[in-house]
Amino acid sequence: MSGPSSSEYIPHHLQHLRYDLVKGEWAHDATGLINFHLINVDTLVMSVSMGVLFLALFYAAARKATAGVPGRFQAFIEIVVEFVDARVGEVFHGDRKFLAPLALTIFCWVILMNVLDLLPLDVPGLFAHAAGAEHFRVVPTADINTTFAMSLTVLVLILAFSVKAKGVGGFGHELVTAPFGKHPALWIPNLALNMVELLAKPVSLAMRLFGNMYAGELVFMLIALMGFAAASAFGHGGVVGGAAASLGQICMAAAWAIFHILIVLLQGFIFMVLTVVYISMAQEHH
Amino acid sequence: MQINATLIGQAIAFLILIWFSWKVIWPPLTSAIDARQKKIADGLAAADRGQKDLEDAKSQALAIVREAHGKAAQVVDQAGRRANEMVEEAKGTASAEGERLIAAARGEVATETARVRGELRAEVAKLAVAGATQVLKREVDASAHAALLDELADRIVVAR
Repeated sequence: MSGPSSSEYIPHHLQHLRYDLVKGEWAHDATGLINFHLINVDTLVMSVSMGVLFLALFYAAARKATAGVPGRFQAFIEIVVEFVDARVGEVFHGDRKFLAPLALTIFCWVILMNVLDLLPLDVPGLFAHAAGAEHFRVVPTADINTTFAMSLTVLVLILAFSVKAKGVGGFGHELVTAPFGKHPALWIPNLALNMVELLAKPVSLAMRLFGNMYAGELVFMLIALMGFAAASAFGHGGVVGGAAASLGQICMAAAWAIFHILIVLLQGFIFMVLTVVYISMAQEHH
Repeated sequence: MQINATLIGQAIAFLILIWFSWKVIWPPLTSAIDARQKKIADGLAAADRGQKDLEDAKSQALAIVREAHGKAAQVVDQAGRRANEMVEEAKGTASAEGERLIAAARGEVATETARVRGELRAEVAKLAVAGATQVLKREVDASAHAALLDELADRIVVAR
């Protein structure tokens, strides 16, 4: 870090490493709220890495899984599997062959991606700079693209489960007749309400996870600003003030990181449980 | 904050993860867990059965020991009775033998008595003749007085 000012520090850390797919070059400034020409390379690299890590861990356990006495690693993986399976079984009464592995994927992937937030703020950046990247945001779940990609996939699954349980006609009928009634005059209000209900699910899923992780990242950045205060105090000869600021930064960063462990796990759990709840709701008849 | 092509990439990654987890990871893990659950349940049931078998065997052993005790008492009883019988039998045999011995001894004694009596008689006759010879200071014809002397000898013997 060649010493950016504190006012540059936070916007710098909120920039993604973007590639312009159309121009075929690195994009230096984000243009537009929606721009499908650009892709966040940092988000993709980190999330795919975490996904591969998840698959590798569980595949290693699955390949060697026996009914005999499990080793520590297999026991740990099985505890996670049984935990997820039990949560799904509490909510969803039916065949869990698809829903339970879906829940496991969400739970583990989200937690692994969230855990990256606990890496020291500037350390991944050092590696990225060494590799020649201008920006590198390490937490994929603090990118709204990741959370919306997941929640929209969940929306597609909700629709698929609805159609599978009720048929196209049954689901369509339900969209226009529930919850107010069958009278033709009520079709429009019914449909409108159902659309709001349906769309609120992916939006709330995505915004909850994104908001938590983005805010968590931002708080780490704000705490890191105390380092600037410390540096400026030391620069003006204020040893006591500099030491106090440094100590404050260390203590606050530690406290926030410990509290953040809870958020990391909780957000993964919430995303999983809500997905299961939404899909089991989709199978119910009104 | 920008919605861009990352959305599509992440959705594809998510679908691949779900598929892999659904098809490759979940089935072996859950089947292993289920198989182990069954194994443990079977093991517990077997342990219960073993416990019950042990109790059965214990009570069976107790019954066998009790039966053996009864049989042993019976055997001892029989042996005692047999011993008594043998003692009684031996007693009978012994007393019969004793009587036989006594009878034999009695016969012998009678024979001896008869023989001694004959000898005595001859001796007494001789003594009487000698005595008479001395008393009469003369020769007595032994053959002439034999009848007399025999009578005398008989009287002596009877008197004894």
